[in-house]
Amino acid sequence: MDHFPTNWGRPRSEAVDLYNTYPLHNRPGPKADAFTEGVQRTQAPIVTGTSVLAFRFKDGIIMAADNLASYGSLARFKDVQRLIPVGAYTVIGGGGDMSDLQHINHLLEGLIIEELCEEDGHALGPAEIYEYLSQVLYARRSKMDPLWNSLLVGGFKDGKSFLGYVDLLGTTYTASTLATGYGSMIAQPLLRKYVEGREETLTEDEGKKIIEECMKVLFYRDARSINKYQIATITEKGISISESLSAHTEWSFAEKIRGYGAQTQ
Amino acid sequence: MTSIGTGYDLSASTYSPDGRIFQVEYANKAVENSGTAIGLRVKDGIVLAVEKLVHSKLLVPEANRRIQTIDRHVGMATSGLAADARHLASRARDEAQSYRDTYQFPPPLKAIADRLGLYVQAYTLYSSVRPFGISSILGAVDKDGPIMFVVEPSGVFYGYHGAAVGKGSQLAKTELEKLKLAELSTRQAVFEAARIIYLVHDDAKDKDFELEITWIGDETNGQHQIVPKDLLAEAEQKAKDAMEEGFDS
Repeated sequence: MDHFPTNWGRPRSEAVDLYNTYPLHNRPGPKADAFTEGVQRTQAPIVTGTSVLAFRFKDGIIMAADNLASYGSLARFKDVQRLIPVGAYTVIGGGGDMSDLQHINHLLEGLIIEELCEEDGHALGPAEIYEYLSQVLYARRSKMDPLWNSLLVGGFKDGKSFLGYVDLLGTTYTASTLATGYGSMIAQPLLRKYVEGREETLTEDEGKKIIEECMKVLFYRDARSINKYQIATITEKGISISESLSAHTEWSFAEKIRGYGAQTQ
Repeated sequence: MTSIGTGYDLSASTYSPDGRIFQVEYANKAVENSGTAIGLRVKDGIVLAVEKLVHSKLLVPEANRRIQTIDRHVGMATSGLAADARHLASRARDEAQSYRDTYQFPPPLKAIADRLGLYVQAYTLYSSVRPFGISSILGAVDKDGPIMFVVEPSGVFYGYHGAAVGKGSQLAKTELEKLKLAELSTRQAVFEAARIIYLVHDDAKDKDFELEITWIGDETNGQHQIVPKDLLAEAEQKAKDAMEEGFDS
């Protein structure tokens, strides 16, 4: 809303207001300066992370993402942690542009500090952080300047677990199994098969086996992945993010693939 | 007071002929009329304590806090006008966040104290504003360890090992000088802080007060936090016992 009463019911510009008796305030709005023409918005992500997986289990949420940040098809950074703890109850897992993910991390850091300074006995839980992210991402896409990420928000607070998806368009949905990027095509069906209907009985160890299986399949099939990943669990006891792990893989079959192994013809 | 009636105290932008700014000195009076606040910079952290005078029994207990959190690792205890303290704390939070935005790093306390000093000093320059009626003790554990500053109404700030502002600051300072601050742990410092606040409280003039203590250190993982209820109760009990002993001897 325009808070300057002198603007109300008046033309937008002094130039067309022939009967103006005193100067109009500058209206809030995007400023146009010498650089405006040259400004570009993000049209493609640059350094990218691939899939994030997460699902509900008996005690909370389990989430996983690998440690790779690719530069195009080049495996550029191999020790990036894409699981970010936010406050004491939430982890976000991020795919897409890594610089945008760092920016989101910075926004959330500020949000958490702002909230903690209140000292009112309340802390932001996963549901609030999810809502915040969805508003931020949708606002940015509406400015035609999206934060190029797909995020999973997982958390556990007050005896309830939470799992949600939000992406660069501000699209949101929640489910008991979620995956982003390539994982939404390759791992999501596996997760549904293993997890759906068993959310209340699945143990952490079983959960980790499912994650390992899915990360292995993703490593086999996703050319932007790496066999080095971390697992986050969020439960009553809080957040725990594992060291980097790798799945056991078998590549002897590759010898028989034409163009990969020794050429026989 | 020599300043009254001379006309040199009407604005913060006017010096007296002997080079003083009376409005700033009056601001210091506002501080001296308020409950004591102390800060201890010890071996592994910071302890802040305040004697919060309660002027009415109808007030909600623990309301109107006088120690505020500025950032994860920064706390601010004030003496003086409560509303000024809230405003300055809000400014301090903005400065802390602005430092984070620029450098992607938790602000060192010196940076915050420096910026707050400039801000407070700006209020001594213009006839249209009044100086801040507060002295603030800023405490933090930053990358170089525990550190503490006091920002005064004039805008100057000094670093301290032990700081006291407000009504009982004189007595509190002599008590702080007796302590071996560099050898205390934060836990021990909580007990000393409680004892000093109880000691400087003047029962004859002010009846009720609430003891407010916060700490930053290894025990809080470097975070500024209110001390746990049971520890506060224990410290208060010990402080009361020490007072009894003092009367007996």
